[in-house]
Amino acid sequence: MTEENINDSERESLIYDVVIVGGGPAGLAAAIRLRQLSSEISVCVIEKGSEIGAHIVSGAVIEPRALAELLPDWQKQGAPLETPVTTEEMFYLTPTGQMRIPMLDKVMPYLANHGNYVVSLGALCRWLATQAEALCVDIFPGFAGADVIIEKNRVVGIRTGDMGIGRDGKHKPDFQPGVDLRAHYTLFAEGCRGSLTKKIIAHYGLNQGADPQTYGLGIKEVWEIPAENHRPGLVQHSFGWPMDDRTYGGAWLYHFGKNLVSYGFVVGLDYTNPWLSPFEEMQRVKLHPVFRRSLERGRRIAYGARALSEGGLQCIPRLTFPGGALIGDSAGFLNVPKIKGTHTAMKSGMLAAEAVADAYATQRVEPATFTDRVRHSWLWQELHAVRNIRPAFARFGMRAGALYAALDTMVFKGRAPWTLHFRHADHETLRAASLCQKPFYPKPDGTLTFDRLSSVFLSATHHEEDQPVHLCLKSSSLWKTVNWDVFKAPETRYCPAGVYEVLDEEKAPTLHINAQNCVHCKTCDIKDPTQNITWTVPEGGNGPNYPVGM
Amino acid sequence: MKILVPVKRVVDFNIKPRVKSDGSGVETAGLKMSMNPFDEIAVEEAVRLREKGIASEVVVVSIGVQQAQETLRTAMAMGADRALLVLSEESPEPLAVAKVLMKLVEKEQPHLVILGKQAIDDDMNATGQMLAGLLGWAQATFVSKIEIAENRARVHREIDGGLEELSLKLPAVITADLRLNEPRYATLPNIMKAKKKPIETLNAADLGVDMMPRLQILSVAEPANKKACVLVESVSELVEKLRNEAKVL
Repeated sequence: MTEENINDSERESLIYDVVIVGGGPAGLAAAIRLRQLSSEISVCVIEKGSEIGAHIVSGAVIEPRALAELLPDWQKQGAPLETPVTTEEMFYLTPTGQMRIPMLDKVMPYLANHGNYVVSLGALCRWLATQAEALCVDIFPGFAGADVIIEKNRVVGIRTGDMGIGRDGKHKPDFQPGVDLRAHYTLFAEGCRGSLTKKIIAHYGLNQGADPQTYGLGIKEVWEIPAENHRPGLVQHSFGWPMDDRTYGGAWLYHFGKNLVSYGFVVGLDYTNPWLSPFEEMQRVKLHPVFRRSLERGRRIAYGARALSEGGLQCIPRLTFPGGALIGDSAGFLNVPKIKGTHTAMKSGMLAAEAVADAYATQRVEPATFTDRVRHSWLWQELHAVRNIRPAFARFGMRAGALYAALDTMVFKGRAPWTLHFRHADHETLRAASLCQKPFYPKPDGTLTFDRLSSVFLSATHHEEDQPVHLCLKSSSLWKTVNWDVFKAPETRYCPAGVYEVLDEEKAPTLHINAQNCVHCKTCDIKDPTQNITWTVPEGGNGPNYPVGM
Repeated sequence: MKILVPVKRVVDFNIKPRVKSDGSGVETAGLKMSMNPFDEIAVEEAVRLREKGIASEVVVVSIGVQQAQETLRTAMAMGADRALLVLSEESPEPLAVAKVLMKLVEKEQPHLVILGKQAIDDDMNATGQMLAGLLGWAQATFVSKIEIAENRARVHREIDGGLEELSLKLPAVITADLRLNEPRYATLPNIMKAKKKPIETLNAADLGVDMMPRLQILSVAEPANKKACVLVESVSELVEKLRNEAKVL
């Protein structure tokens, strides 16, 4: 972390009132709200993707509540919410069959999708960016926040990453030092497990008193299917097979847009079996009759992956610190039982914007009213009502957890007089490989199911090759004694992009890191058993280039 | 000396484009668009010539849809001084582009036009040559080195099996190859400055150029998928497969 002494004379700096790190729904909603509240507050948003939306992966079914509060005329302005949810189905899967959950609106009322839309969140973010730019927000895609600038224990901005550094760490001829973006307030909207957010949480001890965060890994494909099979607005979810009772996970499949289908699978990263491969689980679920029906005769057109925060209320850290706040999934505002996080991310951004505008007007260093604003909003009520559901699955397993969830919802209506807690961080849950059974994964057939490399190819990820490896190992000997000897290199399985590879398995196994494959999902930073892997930002503009349909 | 650099907005080089389901063309909706990489090299070279004091002004021009102004902003963030945007339908053909450029050369009177050798979307490799022909100017294509002195350009051309060295009289048209230079990163302060640089918008029709396509695309198809490799157990199995499946024996 950059502490006070900046002695780099060639480094330029730009000054704004508010700098927002991350151009997702939270960051953009905050930017728009700030400019709505005051045309005097200058706002800039930086985004590490090559354009807004390039790094956005989500289902997504979204609830337009926050959007309607932010931009009441969103329909007139042409927001890309074009496919209303028409049919909703939840399945419990067995290897060959399925049971459709009856009375979904009673058992899982939080899942009711009436009035919601199937969208491409990437498209929505691109649209939000045009709205923000119309309000004179400066948006800079292609610039990554590499460090936080802290002076006198106050965050005073961030430093963008240097460009043009070779793999050996030396400056190349096109070297450009990063720029200091200095601001009265800095909002971190990096999404789940942000690399700067992680530094801020550690520096200010923001997670003291909160449960350890628990995460999920979502892997997604977009398919184009024949028009006669397309049922716009069909929303399907599944749980059960192929996850065992101790492993949280399930699939989604949404029909939207022009003959498009969004399909994906989420695995709770508190899984215990190091042999588990989220990517291959995601592939094989497509073979189940429920999903095969939609995808057959279609073609896959996009692929991506991203970790998400699943812990909910109990895991939310302190939200503010001197000079800024955490918003969106950087703070963990996702509503897991509802399978939605866009509306909560946007709402948190809007509330933070209000707190920042208030702090700006009264010249306070910390936008501390943010916490109270959250506590008195529907955002808090919503998360409070479902707070026991995800931990119940972690504690009681899938079947008993589902029973508990129904009880908590139907009998207590989310107001049970207790709160269940998470006891372990996700990196602590793996069991030794020798104690666990290898799942059987069928070979990809090249039509419905695919291998990792052809998938990564579709993510259009790109990293300038001659740059330092952005996935840093604190200790390479630790990899051999722990990751290899005990867990048999789980990173080669949980990474959805084939970044991690074991060379010379027989004689002298070593870990090879293909950093250029990375799709910025952050799973390795979360799941590595000794937290030996640190995800840092590569050059700005690098990483996946997801198309508008993602 | 003034330099004119035409730049084209194309599907980003990292994207794997796919053919539209009706085979009528390549799907571009929703994909990331960027400046044609060879045009970036052309812009970089022009900016370097200005930084060396050889050129006095770098004017960039793009012909296409309104969003092409983002490409022009990128070029100005790299250091171009101002920009012209000629509005036209999605993808005009090289001859129409060359004719528009000819009109702009008459208007702007540059001494040098540097273009990318080709655009990565249609790989035509024609615009620079057509422009030189229309103007009656000297031309050098596939250029990997440019030196300017005494109203002449000394260039290296990348040709099969080596380099060709030419000296041309200015004004001239030069098309840039990959090894001419490595384009710089646009820095944040320069992106800010580029926002304030002027873009003049024109209409192709006002320039009196007929933009109607003269080429007709019959069909576009993706390359056939490679078959997956199969490991055979024995020589006899290999022979059997070569004889009965591949039918080459």
